Amino acid sequence: MKKRSVVRVFVGIALISVAFTGCTKTKSKVCDLSAGSDTNVIRVGEVGSMTGSEATFGVSTHEGIQLALCQANAAGGVKGKKFVLYSLDDQSKQDEAAAAMTKLITQSKVDAILGEVASGISKVMAPIAQANKVPMITPSSTNPDVTKIGDYIFRVCFIDPFQGYVMAKFAKENLKAKKVAILQDHGSDYSVGLAKFFIETFTKDGGEIVLNQSYNKNDVDFKSQLTAIRAKAPDAIYIPGYYTHVGLIARQARELGVTIPLMGGDGWDSPELKSIGGAALNNSYFSNHYSAEDKSPAVQTFLKEYKETFGKTPDGLAAMGYDAARVLADAMNRAKSLSNTDVRDAIAATVKFEGVTGKITIDKERNAVKPAVVLRVDNGEFKYQSTIHP
Amino acid sequence: MKSSAGWLAALAACWVMHFFVQDYSRSYYFLIFLYAGINIVLAVSLNLVNGVTGQFSMGHAGFMSIGGYVSCYLITQLFQRSPALFEGPLSMPIFAGALVLGGIAAAIAGYLVGLPSLRLKGDYLAIVTLGFGEIIRVILLNVDAVGGARGLGGIPNLTSFGVVYTCVIVTVFCVWRIIRSAQGRALLAVREDEIAASAMGVNTTRSKVSAFVIGAFFAGIAGGLFGSWLTVLTPQTFDFNKSFEIIIMVVLGGMGSVSGSIVAAIFLTIIREALRPLQDITKLDFRMIIYSLMLIVLMLTKPRGLFGSRELVKEKELA
Repeated sequence: MKKRSVVRVFVGIALISVAFTGCTKTKSKVCDLSAGSDTNVIRVGEVGSMTGSEATFGVSTHEGIQLALCQANAAGGVKGKKFVLYSLDDQSKQDEAAAAMTKLITQSKVDAILGEVASGISKVMAPIAQANKVPMITPSSTNPDVTKIGDYIFRVCFIDPFQGYVMAKFAKENLKAKKVAILQDHGSDYSVGLAKFFIETFTKDGGEIVLNQSYNKNDVDFKSQLTAIRAKAPDAIYIPGYYTHVGLIARQARELGVTIPLMGGDGWDSPELKSIGGAALNNSYFSNHYSAEDKSPAVQTFLKEYKETFGKTPDGLAAMGYDAARVLADAMNRAKSLSNTDVRDAIAATVKFEGVTGKITIDKERNAVKPAVVLRVDNGEFKYQSTIHP
Repeated sequence: MKSSAGWLAALAACWVMHFFVQDYSRSYYFLIFLYAGINIVLAVSLNLVNGVTGQFSMGHAGFMSIGGYVSCYLITQLFQRSPALFEGPLSMPIFAGALVLGGIAAAIAGYLVGLPSLRLKGDYLAIVTLGFGEIIRVILLNVDAVGGARGLGGIPNLTSFGVVYTCVIVTVFCVWRIIRSAQGRALLAVREDEIAASAMGVNTTRSKVSAFVIGAFFAGIAGGLFGSWLTVLTPQTFDFNKSFEIIIMVVLGGMGSVSGSIVAAIFLTIIREALRPLQDITKLDFRMIIYSLMLIVLMLTKPRGLFGSRELVKEKELA
C-alpha cells in the first residue's frame, strides 16, 4: 500500500508539471534560447532570484534578457553565432548564488554572466566571475562596492549615491520640501545606502532631516514609526524600500491621516505595488531607470515587443535586464574576438549606447553614467514626472 | 590507542585528498563537496543538542553567524594590515586560530543563552532559541564595524578541502566520543527522562548546558568556513530559514544518529543541486517544490528519519 501511494504522489507531480509547462508555453511567445546540439553558439549565463523574497525582480529581469537575446538571434546573432541562455535560480540566497555561478562557469562554460538584481548577492558572484575571468554585467545592483571587485565586473544601472542624490534634488526643487522624514529598511543594504546618500545631499543644500526611522524586513505594522513621523510634521517622507513594504506603509500612513508625498527608489517599481498599496500611493514619487511614457523610439519598440511577447507592460527591472543583455551583445559585436579579455575591453569601451534606460556610457569604475527619471504614482499608473541628469 | 588509528588515518587521507583536489578548487563538484562538509559540521553539532540531549534548539544559525563573523572579522583585519602573512604557509595556522576563536565566541554565546533558557522544555525552549537567533541577526545588522546590512566583505578565501574536512573529522570524532562517554550517557539519560536522570544523580542543567556549548562551538567553526568561502557575509544569510535547514538535516537523518546526520547533510546538499537540470526541462522552477515534496514523502515513509537512532557502523569498531 505504502509503495503504491508514493508512486501516486510522484505521478501526480509529473502530471501537474506537464500541465504547468503546457500553460506557460501557450502564454508567452518567447523564442527558444535553450542549448541544442549546435555548439557554435555564445553561452550567456544568468543568475536570478526566481523564487526568493524578491522574485518579481528576478522574473522581470529574466524576461528582459530573454527578449534582448531573442532579438539579437533574430537579427543573425553575433559574429555568426546565436545566443543560448542558461538561467539558474538562487532563491535570494548567497550560498545558492555561489553554487549557481560556479555551475554556469565551470559546467556550462558560459562566455558571460548577467545578474544579479540584489547587490548582496552580486557581491558573492563577482569574485567568482573575476577569478575565472568571465565578464559579468549586473543589470541592477546599485551598490558601489559591486564593481570594485574587479575589472571583469560591470553594471548598466546607476549607483545608490546617484539615486539618493536624484530624490534629494527632486524633493528640494520640485516638491519644495524643507523638512523630510526617513523610513528605511534597516536590514537592507540597498535601503540603507539610498537613505545615507539622500541625507548627505539633502542636508548639504540646507534641508533638514526631522526624523530617521527604520523598520525590519518581516514587519507588517509601521504605525508606531508613522505616528512618530506625523508628530514632526515633515513636508515629505523618503522610504527607500522594496515594494512589499512600501505598499503597506502607504496604506497605514493614509489611515493615520498622513497625506504628505511619499518618495522612494527603484525598489518600488513592481506591478505588485499597486495591488498592495492601491490608491494610498497617490501623491508618491520614486526614482527609476526608465519611464514607459518615454516617446523615444528605443523605448517604444521595447514596449511593443515586450507586450507582444509577454502580454504585459515591462517594469524598470525588465528594461534593465534588456539593456544589460543588449550592452553585452553590442560589446561582443565590437570586440576583436569573443575571448573573455576582448569582450571585457569592449564592454569597458561602451560609449553612449542607446538603451531603453537612457544613453549608457561605461566609466573607468565600470559603472554606467546615465540620467534617472522620477515617476509619480497615480492610481497604480506610473506617470513620468522629470528627468534628472548626473 | 588502537581505536584512534582509524580517525588519524581519516585525517591523513583528507590531507592527501586535499592536494589531489586542489587544482579543481574552482569546479562545481568541489563546491558541492565543500558545502556538504560545512553542512555535516552543522548537522552533527546540532544533533548533539537536538537529537542526543533532546533539547529542541532553533538558534543554530545564530551561533553559526557569531562564529562566522568573529573569525572572518579577525582574518579580514589581519589581511588588511599585512597581506603578506596570507601568502606563506602561515595562512593555515592563522585561519585555524581564527576558526577556533570564532568557535569559542559562539560557545560563550551558547553558555549565556543556555544557562537561563535550558530550564525550559520543548516548545518553550524552541521559541527562546528562535528568538535568540533573530536577536543575533538584528544586532549584526546594526553593528557598523562588521558592515551592518551591507555585510562583511573582502574576507580572504582560506577555506579549502583540507580545512573543511579536518573540521568535519574533528566534529564527528568529538560528538561520537562524547556520546559514548559517561557524560554522553548522562545526555541520553536527560533525553529519555529528565526526572529519572536527576534522581540517579545526573546534573541535568550542567549536562544540557555543556551539550549546548559544544554544539554552539562547532556551529561557530562552520560559520567561519562558510564566510571565508563566500568572501562576503551578510546577516540575512543567517535567518531562521538557515536554522530550519539544519534541523531538517538532523530530523531527516534520525535524531541522535551521527551517521544519519552525515548522510542527510550530504544528501540534502547534493539533491538541491542535482535537481537544477529540472529547471531546464520544465522551463519552470520546480526545484524547491520537488525538494519539499521529497522531504514530506521521506518523513511519511520513515517517520524516525533515515537511520532512527541507529548508526552505520557498529559501536565497537569506532569506539
